[in-house]
Amino acid sequence: MIDVNNLNKSFKVYKRKNGAFGAVRSMLRPDFEYIQALDDVSFSIGKGEIVGYIGPNGAGKSTTVKVLSGILVPDSGTVTVGGLVPWKDRKTHVANIGVVFGQKSQLWWDVPVHDSFELLGDIYRLPQDKYQKNVSMLTELLDLSDLMPVPVRQLSLGQRVRCEIAASLLHEPGILFLDEPTIGLDAVSKLAVRKFIREINKEKGVTVILTTHDTGDIEALAERILLIGKGRILYDGKFGDLKKRFRGSRTLKVHFSNTPCGIPMTGGILNSRVMENVAEIEFNPDVITASDLISYISGLFQITDLEINTMVAEEIIAGLYREYKI
Amino acid sequence: MKAYLSFFRIRFLNNLQYKVAAWAGMATQFVWGGMYILLYSAIYSFSSSPKPMELDQLTTYVWLQQAFLALIMLWYRDSGLFDLILSGDVAYELVRPVNLYPMWYARLLSQRLAGVLLRFAPIIIVSILLPFPYGLSAPASLPSFMLFLGTLLNGTLLTVAYSMLISISMFRTLSAVGSLTLFGILSEFLAGMVIPLPLMPESLQKILMVLPFWLTGDFPFRIYTGHIPVQEALGGIMLQFLWTAVLITAGVLWLRSIKKKIVLQGG
Repeated sequence: MIDVNNLNKSFKVYKRKNGAFGAVRSMLRPDFEYIQALDDVSFSIGKGEIVGYIGPNGAGKSTTVKVLSGILVPDSGTVTVGGLVPWKDRKTHVANIGVVFGQKSQLWWDVPVHDSFELLGDIYRLPQDKYQKNVSMLTELLDLSDLMPVPVRQLSLGQRVRCEIAASLLHEPGILFLDEPTIGLDAVSKLAVRKFIREINKEKGVTVILTTHDTGDIEALAERILLIGKGRILYDGKFGDLKKRFRGSRTLKVHFSNTPCGIPMTGGILNSRVMENVAEIEFNPDVITASDLISYISGLFQITDLEINTMVAEEIIAGLYREYKI
Repeated sequence: MKAYLSFFRIRFLNNLQYKVAAWAGMATQFVWGGMYILLYSAIYSFSSSPKPMELDQLTTYVWLQQAFLALIMLWYRDSGLFDLILSGDVAYELVRPVNLYPMWYARLLSQRLAGVLLRFAPIIIVSILLPFPYGLSAPASLPSFMLFLGTLLNGTLLTVAYSMLISISMFRTLSAVGSLTLFGILSEFLAGMVIPLPLMPESLQKILMVLPFWLTGDFPFRIYTGHIPVQEALGGIMLQFLWTAVLITAGVLWLRSIKKKIVLQGG
């Protein structure tokens, strides 16, 4: 569906020393340098995939999305999306994609939401029945019925993002680009947005490319992730594999009804510490599974409570960033 | 085509919301119009040399200028469009299956038409009620009036084509608003908005009448007053079509070349 080969894109960035002297100097001889936003990027994405595109700020995520959506023209490299070159066949190409830029708005600020939708319907040349069908479906799935007559400027951020997502799907695109869709949303809105993305991916087979800093998004949505740093693709694979790689040891915290004298060692237990009636047991999940360990301990002592901590997505990503020094 | 019409409609209805701005604008235009007329009548009463335009023709010219200002002002910029470029929200305009030029053209045109619709009637009515020769006189003839409407519309299409060039230049000169304003003021002068063209020295008039600026307002207003007779208007109309075609072509080509090296602001 999407094929990207050896993509390069650089930007000219103007530099100016601070202070009046710097300002004068930059007028006479502007200083600039080229920043390689995308450096030999290649990947391909199949139909119906959800791909999480992650990387620190300034890594090149948004640039990639903008090239894929036909807005930016790369310096070199080839891109085909559904057989089309985005920046060459822009009009045909964009008719089949939906884009949400989390920090920008595609709805017209002063007019009610349904007016914006109608205009988009005309822009995408949707027949009336198809338009009605899609609007009612999206209204129901995203719970928009109360928001439709409200001018966009009076919507809260969460409400607006839901409308933005609906707007990007009115024309039934095969590919959806989401550039930080959950930025600034509260927990409830985030969950609603994630649930919706999963649904349209499953039911309509929409391919989703999601850039985000929210590891919760990745955990909930993306099976596959692409990690980009300083313009290069550093990792392309399953998120689950990554979890395993960074997991190493895990810790089981056990509360007992009375104070045990110590935890007898067994295969897989790396370390244990007892404080009053709580024990922290570090174990290697490849040797002993958590459930085996729990049944082993519950055979020895009376357990009142258990906590097991997994490495959270946040730490995995941070570990990844550290590993690649980005 | 439907997309552009629909876009035009939504912008037009949207712009009709700005009624307070319209009232404020109208007040300004009454003051300006009054000032110009006082000034010219003072000059006319002290000068004995032959006049290039009768006083009542001149006041009619001034009132038409004020009433239809929204259609002809060249310095006018759509701040929404500028924000779009400055903030990078233009990205959304580029992911639509439409051409940017006609979409923006529809946007600018709707703004001017909505602006004039909100303002022109009160100015026309009040200026008709003013005593001769200070008010708006009747058109020279019915054909003059019809031709005035046609050429004013043509002039508006030309003005919008000009505004498009200013807007497109925004991609290249993000912060050069100052120089654009200066350019706007200069073109106002060239269009006869500061001093009507007939009052300018003959040699200057000859130069200005080759340029597109006077075709936006000066030309239709002088047809209305009969200063340009109907049978002599044909050349100007041809020139209007020619310049509109030239400016639109220039705009389309320029936008196309810019889109290839576009940089989006703000990530």
